[in-house]
Amino acid sequence: MKLRTWFLLPAWLTMAVLFAAPFVIVLAYSFLTRGVYGGLELPWTAESYRRLFDPLYLIILWRSFAMALAATALCLLLAFPAALFIARAPRYRNLYLQLVMLPFWTSFLVRTYAWIFLLRDTGLFNTALEALGIIHAPLPLLYNDGAVLLGLVYGYLPFMVLPIYATLERLDPALVEAAADLGARPLATVFQIVVPLSRPGIVAGSILVFIPCLGAYLTPDLLGGGRTVMVGNLVQNQFTTARDWPFGAAVSIALMALVTLLLVVYLRRQSELLA
Amino acid sequence: MAPILELRKLVKDFPGQQAVREISLAIPRGSFFSLVGPSGCGKTTTLRLIAGFEQPTSGDVLLNGEIVNQRQPYERNVSTVFQNYALFPHLTARGNVEFGLKRHRATDIDRRVRQVLELVSLTGKESRRPAQLSGGERQRVALARSLVLQPDVLLLDEPLAALDPKLRKQMRVELKAMQRRAGVTFLLVTHDQEEALSMSDHLAVMNEGRIEQVGPPEDVYLRPRSRFVAGFLGAINWISGAGIRPEAVRLLPPGESASSGATPDRAAPGVVTGAVFLGDCVQVTVRLHSGEDAMAQLPRRAAFFQPGDDVQFCWSAADEMTFP
Repeated sequence: MKLRTWFLLPAWLTMAVLFAAPFVIVLAYSFLTRGVYGGLELPWTAESYRRLFDPLYLIILWRSFAMALAATALCLLLAFPAALFIARAPRYRNLYLQLVMLPFWTSFLVRTYAWIFLLRDTGLFNTALEALGIIHAPLPLLYNDGAVLLGLVYGYLPFMVLPIYATLERLDPALVEAAADLGARPLATVFQIVVPLSRPGIVAGSILVFIPCLGAYLTPDLLGGGRTVMVGNLVQNQFTTARDWPFGAAVSIALMALVTLLLVVYLRRQSELLA
Repeated sequence: MAPILELRKLVKDFPGQQAVREISLAIPRGSFFSLVGPSGCGKTTTLRLIAGFEQPTSGDVLLNGEIVNQRQPYERNVSTVFQNYALFPHLTARGNVEFGLKRHRATDIDRRVRQVLELVSLTGKESRRPAQLSGGERQRVALARSLVLQPDVLLLDEPLAALDPKLRKQMRVELKAMQRRAGVTFLLVTHDQEEALSMSDHLAVMNEGRIEQVGPPEDVYLRPRSRFVAGFLGAINWISGAGIRPEAVRLLPPGESASSGATPDRAAPGVVTGAVFLGDCVQVTVRLHSGEDAMAQLPRRAAFFQPGDDVQFCWSAADEMTFP
């Protein structure tokens, strides 16, 4: 074997053991029958996949999709101006980037718990608003869709800022000057020149935010308080309380297939636009 | 007629550096004007001050007699052709040309785009992206994109620097012709003295943030007012303090009389150190007996000299340039 093949071996082994094997196992589970007390039994069947089309589950899938889409859109809205600001800052760029990445210094779990302390009835926001006399009863900030969306946007915002920043930083400043020179006001320059040219960063950021949001489990679990079920929680429920491994596996596989399909369609469309 | 563009005591300081030091200049309407100087002389900064990309530290920029210091680039009726063209890569040639018209909400976009593409000979390439165009075509798109807006002044920042030498010479002629046809005032910034001499109606030589001399090319070339201008616009020999252009020199074999009839009336003996054939002329370098190195540019058919030959380095007193 050539040397470069040897260098690839660790990566291949890791992928085989930690990705390919579990994938095959989950795929196999999804076609088996649920045991009476959990676990798995023969015969092979596609029953779990048929159940996916139950409106109850379709709604969950749709909710997750809408939630992920909303989180991605909000991230984009927040991240683009921030990235533009950092990329155009005459100095302290590295400081700003460090600030964007600051949340990564603590675990995602701890940070999500922190939101509970901020949002609950006796949390910082409600206490402060009450102390100021703006409200007299606590606002329902926690355990609803809004809280989940907030948590998702908060958690994945850096993944949108960084790729957009990377493309904006490489953008030739002369293009911005040329646009102004040709009569474009700042907003027109941003929308006609800067946004289209940062498309690769926007695409990368959107993918990096959308996919983990679609399968999010921790955030809806903690901030949604069980009321906001997303597809990630559905999978967890099937493997734990519901003891329906084949169905949980089928949901996982369906989610993965959906993401792959969306990605392929999206990337193909992008490459057509760029061609 | 009032100048279309005027600079009054324009100063631009950058931290730790004075880029432009009190420049005053009036550029006649419809002319081809060049700012020429070595790199770092402040010519590009001057251009950026006119376009509005930089704010002057003091002094004024006047367009059509109006002070425009406070106006943003998109509020000034000047347009820039950038050194690397700065074409929008995601737009087609047509999209690039339309860009300014759309921002100005022009009505007859189609007709104006067609006209300007014809002017720059780009008809048929409308739907190509910049990446699919050659260097020369990209430059035409950059020109068209600015010219279509009918600016008061078209600012060109080293527009030919990115082209290969052959195309560069061809574009000099074309650029000049386009300027005539479009009737727009061109302000060209270049470090290439040949470019400035060949295209301009007027040129200003800049050095260290100041303007050294302004005038028609012939005038500045033949009657430079400073050693810097003389040395920058073309080659020059300095012999005992006087400047002599290499093309004003004749070389004669030793012993031949130097001052009879129309022949030169100054001569210095020397030894040929080298001869370079340039196609249209021959450059001969001579080490004078006084120790100075000098160069003569001779017609190709002139007597050929070999290194080591003794020669007389001759010129006419009328061709001497002296500076205080």
